[in-house]
Amino acid sequence: MPAGPAASRRVLGRRGLLLGGAAALGGGAVGALGATASAEPPPAPVAAAPQGPVGADAVPFHGRHQSGITTAPVQAHAAFVALDLRPGSGADDVARLLRLLSDDAARLTAGRSPLGADDPELVALPSRLTVTFGFGPGLFDAIGRPEQCPAVVRALPAFATDRIDPRWSGGDLLLQVCSDDRLPLSYAVRRLVRDARGVATVRWTQRGFGPARGSEPAGTTPRNLFGQRDGSKNPEVGGALDDAVWVRDGPDWFVDGSMLVLRRIRMDLDVWDDLGREARELSVGRSVGSGAPVTGGTEFDEVDPTAVDGDGFAAVPPAAHALRAKARGPAERMLRRGFSYDDGPTADGAPEAGLLFAAYQADAATAFVPVQARLAESDVLNLWVTHTGSAAFAVPPGCAPGEYVGGRLLEG
Amino acid sequence: MSPSVPAASVRARGALLVAALGALALAGCGAAPTTGPAAPTIEPAAAAAPAPQTAVVVSDPWVKAAEGGMTAVFGTVTATGSAPVTVVSAATSASPRAELHEVLGKADGTMAMQPKESGFVVDPGAPHRLAPGGDHIMIMDLAAPIRPGDRVEVTLTLGDGSTAGFSALAKETTAGEENYEHGEAAPGMSGPGGAPTGQGG
Repeated sequence: MPAGPAASRRVLGRRGLLLGGAAALGGGAVGALGATASAEPPPAPVAAAPQGPVGADAVPFHGRHQSGITTAPVQAHAAFVALDLRPGSGADDVARLLRLLSDDAARLTAGRSPLGADDPELVALPSRLTVTFGFGPGLFDAIGRPEQCPAVVRALPAFATDRIDPRWSGGDLLLQVCSDDRLPLSYAVRRLVRDARGVATVRWTQRGFGPARGSEPAGTTPRNLFGQRDGSKNPEVGGALDDAVWVRDGPDWFVDGSMLVLRRIRMDLDVWDDLGREARELSVGRSVGSGAPVTGGTEFDEVDPTAVDGDGFAAVPPAAHALRAKARGPAERMLRRGFSYDDGPTADGAPEAGLLFAAYQADAATAFVPVQARLAESDVLNLWVTHTGSAAFAVPPGCAPGEYVGGRLLEG
Repeated sequence: MSPSVPAASVRARGALLVAALGALALAGCGAAPTTGPAAPTIEPAAAAAPAPQTAVVVSDPWVKAAEGGMTAVFGTVTATGSAPVTVVSAATSASPRAELHEVLGKADGTMAMQPKESGFVVDPGAPHRLAPGGDHIMIMDLAAPIRPGDRVEVTLTLGDGSTAGFSALAKETTAGEENYEHGEAAPGMSGPGGAPTGQGG
């Protein structure tokens, strides 16, 4: 568990943090060094984004891939809804469910009421609404095709640093619903769940947010609740992104799909608040303000693990998050499409907030799993983050008009 | 989505009518004698291929899920040519019996559904909306439940003898339904049980 506020008053020397890979594991000692904050210049004024009504913007639901994965920029709001199929559900029930939900999603994302509904005002401005479906192990079992569930989706490994609460974990069918506006998002979730509940129950719902659309120039990496630019090293749009995200080799129903790993990562913001800026930046290896490596360069450069300071010490802790999280090869790359969550404060005033870490990848067994194993082994950031929820899903490819998501699995 | 004019006019008559409408729905629809020969039941595959340039097209088609008895098909029928088109009958994959129905206000202020013997006339440029509380295609004597997410294939026969087919998705939620079909509907009821039962024609 994260250290309490009292522990944060224990002061370590800078070298303690630099060399403190072991401390990073245990969480017993929290670095509170960095009494001298780095002289970070204030952020440059944000250029005004082009203004104009954007509520009518719509993202096509149909296509080779599902929308809501490489849809960019990431929408401002998200709801992740995990459904469990009712006991006794079979392939026919699942097909009916997916047919209904695909039809709803196609209409809602285009700004239209679902069939049988009469609420055009609530969804007329979808604000880039997307609905993305993911299949958990229980869905494969229900349709009688358990062998089609990727092993890593069926059993994501446990990591030493996990403190997983079943309340935020698992699920047979995931709905990822995103929009720049919470009104259409709320309506979409409501109607989708209403059409699902004859066949499924709601296991959990997690809501997250990012920057408001247009608050910064297009292409700016969003900030998480630590204030960091989060996602600077995402694969670049184009070949690198496609290679990282889309399933190329696999059963026919899965080609052009993806895998989603969703982790609820609690941030110990009280302790983080009391850290000095230098400690915050060393923990990741990057400047909070610019996102650039503390070893120099720009946001999109790599942190240099060999850089040394004036005293000859490593400029960045070997266990700095950016160094540990860096992909060791193309197979480890993934698209991090996270959202902040804030369900606090608690009755006694403590924050209850963090990151809904949503990572899309062609194969979680070669991407999320080895990266997270490395982070669980050693990552300074473990002092302030705890994984409290975990779910993995096979994300089928998109569908054409008249088809439904998952049709190739159900009818193939 | 265009607003539902027929449905709105029905709703405007107020909640007082609702209970009576539910009862009359049974009398007006369920007990209606069969007129003409039973329409043939068609197989889903028969209407799956889109017919080229039919005289009408049906958009946003859907059918109310039902455990048995009767139910209705809704959607918007649009004429594709420059002349009015009359829909004279309908056949579905769900039952041998289907009728074109309208909802009429009676002299005593109540509403009743009844077969529309003259058919639905669709004028060019004026899409004809089939909606709860208004014109609809009634399916009687369901052979099997229509569950949410099922598809029902529908073939319309037009005045010139040509046909137009479409596939209607079954849904259990309806706006403007009131007690249109089943007087015992329980608010908040979910699952397949929310559909009418025991109302066979």
